[in-house]
Amino acid sequence: MPASWKVRTGQVVAQAPSSPRGARLRRGLTGAAVLFAVLEVLTRADLVDPRYLPPASKILATTGSILVDPEFLPEVLGTLRAWAVGMVLAVLVAVPIGILLGSSQKVYVASRALVELLRPVPSVALIPLAILLFGRGTDMKVALVVYASVWPILINTIYGMHDVDPVAKDTARGFGLGRLAVVARVSLPSAAPFVYTGIRVAAAIGLIVVVSTELLAGGSEGIGTWMLARSASGGERELVYAGTIVAGLIGLGLNALFVLGDRRWFGWHQRARGDE
Amino acid sequence: MVGATRSDRLTTAGGPSAARRLGGVANAVALRLAVLAGFLVVWQLVTTASGSIFFPTPVEIVERLWQTVFGGQGTPILDHLVPSVARLLGGWTIGSLAGIAVGLAVGASGRLRDYLDPLIHFGRAIPPPALLPLFLVLLGLGDVMKVAMIAFGIVWPVLLNTIDGVQSVDSQYLDTGRVYGATRADRLLRIMLPAAAPKIFAGLRISLSIAVILMVISEMVAATNGVGFLLIQSQRTFRMLDMWAWILLLGILGYVLNTALLAVERRVLRWHQGARRGADT
Amino acid sequence: MSATSPRSQVLLDVDHIGHVYGRGGRAEHVAIRDCSFQVRQGEFVSIVGPSGCGKTTLLRCASGLLQPTDGGVSLGAVPVAGVPRDLALVFQDYSRSLFPWLTVRRNVDFPLRHLGLAKPERAARIERSLDDVGLAGAADKYPWQLSGGMQQRVAIARALAYEPAVLLMDEPFASVDAQTRADLEDLMLAVWERHASTVLFVTHDIDESVYLADRVIVLSSSPASVVAEIEVGLPRPRDQIETRSLDAFVALRAEVARLIRAPRRA
Repeated sequence: MPASWKVRTGQVVAQAPSSPRGARLRRGLTGAAVLFAVLEVLTRADLVDPRYLPPASKILATTGSILVDPEFLPEVLGTLRAWAVGMVLAVLVAVPIGILLGSSQKVYVASRALVELLRPVPSVALIPLAILLFGRGTDMKVALVVYASVWPILINTIYGMHDVDPVAKDTARGFGLGRLAVVARVSLPSAAPFVYTGIRVAAAIGLIVVVSTELLAGGSEGIGTWMLARSASGGERELVYAGTIVAGLIGLGLNALFVLGDRRWFGWHQRARGDE
Repeated sequence: MVGATRSDRLTTAGGPSAARRLGGVANAVALRLAVLAGFLVVWQLVTTASGSIFFPTPVEIVERLWQTVFGGQGTPILDHLVPSVARLLGGWTIGSLAGIAVGLAVGASGRLRDYLDPLIHFGRAIPPPALLPLFLVLLGLGDVMKVAMIAFGIVWPVLLNTIDGVQSVDSQYLDTGRVYGATRADRLLRIMLPAAAPKIFAGLRISLSIAVILMVISEMVAATNGVGFLLIQSQRTFRMLDMWAWILLLGILGYVLNTALLAVERRVLRWHQGARRGADT
Repeated sequence: MSATSPRSQVLLDVDHIGHVYGRGGRAEHVAIRDCSFQVRQGEFVSIVGPSGCGKTTLLRCASGLLQPTDGGVSLGAVPVAGVPRDLALVFQDYSRSLFPWLTVRRNVDFPLRHLGLAKPERAARIERSLDDVGLAGAADKYPWQLSGGMQQRVAIARALAYEPAVLLMDEPFASVDAQTRADLEDLMLAVWERHASTVLFVTHDIDESVYLADRVIVLSSSPASVVAEIEVGLPRPRDQIETRSLDAFVALRAEVARLIRAPRRA
């Protein structure tokens, strides 16, 4: 599975200072508007076959309508439910094990070796196996999400525990804290941002895994299943596009939530890191 | 880095620290082998004990893969491996080149970045598999669809990492370029590109993993050959041993590709590793 | 070869320049105010001022990297807009001056590519300038393999190979230790004499400014303006020990120090 889906979009501008917020907002909207206009013209003028690419306005309208469609929303919830359950299980499994494993130097090195071994197998390759083991229902989706999500969380937890500043630990021990207390009051808070990053990465992977399994296995409620059915039916292509946009919006939403959480809970870590 | 030593001695590796480092490397290799061996032993024991048809032993899996590749049983493996790798590399190359080119332009121009930022963020947020129905609708079932989908899916990590890399280029490098008469094209290709190279390579590695996933998914849904097709076919025909053999094959493929990319990276970024090591002393 | 006749041609003319950062916005910062001075052909002029006074801004304006909000700069009677071809600049932070992905040789070659020179000529220039700074054997090394002092010498070699009419230097020896600094100061003087170049040298180190220069321009604290220009009549060639023990040297550096500490003139 991928080592890390997280891409740092550093806003450190080394050259000219970035434009004021108003200008940035205006330009961003302009960019989006231009794309919209271009697509609209291409399709309305029949330069592109409207059966394959419906006009942008129609797509946007469809997106709006399915978001309130009582037939579509359960699908979205189906996806999110499987994703959420899988994530929670993954965290419950991976974090405690990661804390344990991360406390020992030897285990840290050994675990890295193990990870290198297992990483090349993408979780999607196990979808057929999961279908045979769990059938095509939500259980299968959850199982795959757990499998795919456990690794990034585990790795990041181990790494976070390993990365704790030894001086901080020694200071705590110097004040008379026992081993367990040191772990609880020094190592865990120090490792927390890394664990959080691991969960964030796993969340993105988990979403991808859920949608992939829905596309391939069908059967249960989910965005992937819904989209696959619409694409196969041959009519109303704008529904497929609308589905993709909704998937993107979900992705954006999740990302925004994680960024918010990062800033709120781990603002100290970002500031301590400073400019990398 | 402040306060260079009086005698302008070159920083050389040598002496007791080098010997210690070599011993450390040997230890790490031994540990890796030990972990690998231990893992295989445990796996073998567990699967033999459970006797489940869903989980054949590692020995059986390797045997099966060996048979298919070298034993001439069933369809020749190259008939599937070659198309898979071709689609994968085709899509990955196209997407990477596009991502780097656009990333350079966007990273270098604040205004362009402002215009495209929302679109880029949205594009990145779409889970790549969600593109599959879209591409099915647009391009049908053939190889073009797969290559296009892979390219479109992997362009985002490369693009974002390139933009990040270009934006974090040290302004003094650019000032140096301006002082010594570098044209805009020069500054882009001879300063920003090499300076951003480490981050670009990080993006390339991420996108390689995504490319493998997209290749597999596209072949599972809409193909008559390829590794993904083999996987889904073995599921439909309940051939467990075959399925595990293909999983192993996929793992090997991923490992080989990743190692190859790392080797290229190490060669191209020789200067970077040296510079980072130097900064730590 | 110090500036002999006072009638030497004016090479760099800084004419009443001022610079305001963030003009019109809320956080205006006046960095330099009404600075004027001239640098003649063949002179070694140093600029000294308290930390944070705006010396770097002044140098950036003089080099064309920054357009001053007031006044203008001319190089050889041609107004400067953007960095002129005949000017080179050596920065303070040696760890960021050289491109880490290029060898020393390629780093020195970098400015020469745009000069339209034939390959053998470029190679010859590179060899000469590396020789000049005493780094003949380091051509194929990467910057990270060199110490800080050596990296700064490569930066100087690069400027020399470019053969600019005037060489600007922004506190180039501030980040190295004292003994390396002494070596580099003498190297700079030797190179300046050998090439008969023109140098504008910015520093915060009063001793260094007097030791090196024919003339010292003293800046006030922020916003910087020219407080005084002092002729340094010390004999050349300068010597770290001999020159610095001269009465004239001591008097000059005291004068400069007094000017820097004095309250700003109205």
